[in-house]
Amino acid sequence: MELPQLEHARLRRHDSAASVPQFCNSPTMIVMVGLPARGKTYISKKLTRYLNWIGVPTKMFNVGQYRREAVKIYKNFEFFKPDNEEAMKIRKACAAAALKDVALYFTKEQGQVAVFDATNTTRERRAIILSFAMEMGYKVFFVESICDDPEIIAENIKQVKFGSPDYADRDIDEAMEDFIQRIDCYRASYMPIDDEKDRKLSYIKIFDVGSRYLVNRVQDHIQSRIVYYLMNIHVTPRSIYLSRHGESELNLLGRIGGDTGLSPRGQKYASALATFIKGQKISDLKVWTSHMKRTVQTAEALGVQYEQWKALNEIDAGVCEELTYEEIQENFPEEFALRDQDKYRYRYPKGESYEDLVHRLEPVIMELERQENVLVICHQAVMRCLLAYFLDKPADELPYLRCPLHTVLKLTPIAYGCKVEPFFLNIEAVNTHRERPMNVNVSRKPEEALQTVPDHI
Amino acid sequence: MMRGCSSRSKLSQNQDRAVCMTNCPTLIVTVGLPARGKTYISKKLTRYLNWIGVPTREFNVGQYRREFVKIYKSFEFFRPDNEEGLKIRRQCASAALNDVREYLTEDGGQVAVFDATNTTRERRETILEFAEQNGFKVFFVESVCEDPDVIQENIVQVKLGSPDYTNCNTEEAVEDFMKRIKCYENSYETLDEVLDRDLSYIKIMDVGQRYLVNRVLDHIQSRIVYYLMNIHITPRSIYLCRHGESELNVKGRIGGDSGLTIRGKEFAKKLSHFIQEQNISDLKVWTSQMKRTIQTAEALNVPYEQWKVLNEIDAGVCEELMYEEIQKNYPLEFALRDQDKYRYRYPKGESYEDLVQRLEPVIMELERQENVLVICHQAVMRCLLAYFLDKTAEELPYLKCPLHTVLKLTPVAYGCKVESIGLNVDAVNTHRERPANVNVHRTAEDALQTVPPHL
Repeated sequence: MELPQLEHARLRRHDSAASVPQFCNSPTMIVMVGLPARGKTYISKKLTRYLNWIGVPTKMFNVGQYRREAVKIYKNFEFFKPDNEEAMKIRKACAAAALKDVALYFTKEQGQVAVFDATNTTRERRAIILSFAMEMGYKVFFVESICDDPEIIAENIKQVKFGSPDYADRDIDEAMEDFIQRIDCYRASYMPIDDEKDRKLSYIKIFDVGSRYLVNRVQDHIQSRIVYYLMNIHVTPRSIYLSRHGESELNLLGRIGGDTGLSPRGQKYASALATFIKGQKISDLKVWTSHMKRTVQTAEALGVQYEQWKALNEIDAGVCEELTYEEIQENFPEEFALRDQDKYRYRYPKGESYEDLVHRLEPVIMELERQENVLVICHQAVMRCLLAYFLDKPADELPYLRCPLHTVLKLTPIAYGCKVEPFFLNIEAVNTHRERPMNVNVSRKPEEALQTVPDHI
Repeated sequence: MMRGCSSRSKLSQNQDRAVCMTNCPTLIVTVGLPARGKTYISKKLTRYLNWIGVPTREFNVGQYRREFVKIYKSFEFFRPDNEEGLKIRRQCASAALNDVREYLTEDGGQVAVFDATNTTRERRETILEFAEQNGFKVFFVESVCEDPDVIQENIVQVKLGSPDYTNCNTEEAVEDFMKRIKCYENSYETLDEVLDRDLSYIKIMDVGQRYLVNRVLDHIQSRIVYYLMNIHITPRSIYLCRHGESELNVKGRIGGDSGLTIRGKEFAKKLSHFIQEQNISDLKVWTSQMKRTIQTAEALNVPYEQWKVLNEIDAGVCEELMYEEIQKNYPLEFALRDQDKYRYRYPKGESYEDLVQRLEPVIMELERQENVLVICHQAVMRCLLAYFLDKTAEELPYLKCPLHTVLKLTPVAYGCKVESIGLNVDAVNTHRERPANVNVHRTAEDALQTVPPHL
């Protein structure tokens, strides 16, 4: 029987607990293409967040950011006029600087995907990127967003441009007018990816915010996953409600895992949740639970149809199922310490890790992206994983996100991110959140290990 | 069962029934000239959807035509001015649509694949009206290809063997078929970006180099698009085998995470030689994260990829028990499992149905890849094999996957050729057939009747 650390190390060598098999040997550059206000940065940020969550190290490089750092103050759209030689020079230099940072990210920071977010509207600019990538041995995948619906463009501008540093000192009408003229500067020289001339390139063209797609020459697994993701996201306003089951019998006893029913307070929460949901007046709400009693019982109180997903079951604690932390310390002190050392990757013997959980939740996330209003009734570790996806939390923070019982989190996408509103439904419950203790050394004393265990019966 | 959703109130763990994530049934309609891969795609898609738990059936209008017009004379049947031919063909299409309606409304079907050329807008309008009347969603799959080599290869692979051409020699058959294609060409109206912008469809161009996807309406259409975009027709082989014989295998114990026996290690060595002899270009090797598959792969001395989802089925409370112990400690569970081995879930463990769901990404990646060797486990291998050989849920848990045997799967025509290669290293038999008596009141002897011998 191998020592736990060795087993841990052996598995780390072949890094396949991540959701993406590690086939891609060459790094990939995703290159955005499109006029301003076509959703390129929105897509870039979302894609970056998704890839990082499934375990593919990804970073976004927004050339506009580089420009803002080079040219401290933005005056007006004249900067973008195609005959403004000096500005052209600066813009080319910014793109080059960004490419340089892409190379650094891949070589020095073990990055796997870089999202190059800029207009990239001319063949010339794209040719520069392609030869850079070829020289360095990177794969290139273009994502072009094409949209001529004036309403969508106006809405984009309202949502994200007015808040931009470029327009901090303008009023709305001025900003809108300037931005429209900025778009015009690009329009004349815009050469969309050409289905004939560019047939050897790998790309996806997104038309009218996803009503139509053209996909050409998908080269590998990661590009296939990216295409699948991009084809499933939408921008229709909606809210996602995340909640844990009501307090359970095992919760009260300070025991982890298991499959018990609700405590009396948990039942009260289920009723309160029903009232809350009715009060929110949500159109067409889908309700999802896991296969475990405590989430199903919670959903039952809502009196509406719900769907059970096995993938939403709580993390499997293996040999530690239904133990208290005190019992884990007594019986598996070494495992307990190893878990505190790397809570995200640590896998309970005969159980799962948070990393495994993310992998099995990926289809849930994909379907959440497709859906509109959804209430997900799940579990502490599961909710942490889902929340980390929506709020872009890294792996080391994920296992310590606070997801208390009897609290609903309402997530509403806005601009480039997600608004979070917590609703505590006023029914007392035990605290099940155990912070990382100070001492995570395997030789620590029991008191040190149990220092942060929350109270229970 | 898609994505593990089950019916609203779970009465007992073995009564899970599929809740469709789409409310109305879906009609997939192929579009394209002859020899563009429509039937290939239809059969493959049907196989995939059934495997992931979506009841699907294909309806090939050509079949209906062959049953109606017993003998096929020549391409003249398909001439656009052949009034009688047209009448018969319309009737066949109607008959097929009728069967589609029955399948989707009365037989519990969820997806019907309507496989025909459907090359005119008029024909597609008819289908759209039919679907609207019946409350079916429609998703078109058009295959467009002008590469003469690809078309020629199609004809050779699947047309020459067709019942239409049993009495022709190769040259005659090819010539006739080319003229048949011509009959359709003049009236072919491809799905148009503007005229058909309100339809839901995927247009596959040049065998998957390029895709145009329009208005994907729901989850199942999204999955179908993802699947169609990942399959390819490049010749390749998939090798499936189990780990070498393990310590727990010889003791007749299920599950666990033990290492290889001496015979198991012998198998690993022979596997290595076998693989080298096969001279496979660019072979990918996949294992699970359990010792016994990893140890087997280590003997190959090539890089390999570990997938947690390839781990053996989790037998929950029965992990590491012998069948005799399961009968002693959980006689009821043991009988329930024999009653419905596909859906039965070990307490605190998994069912075959769960396994299929967690293996879906493996299947998707196998479709994307070319030559792959998968070193896995008995239940896992049964699930993968069932996908490739289109086995039903009832047959799946009883597929024979003996130790120390490699199955080489090579796609051919509409299916898969299987070569079974025993590497001549003895091993215990781990295959337990369904016993005659699956009643919960059966005797221990009845229950253990089919347990293979062990130490």
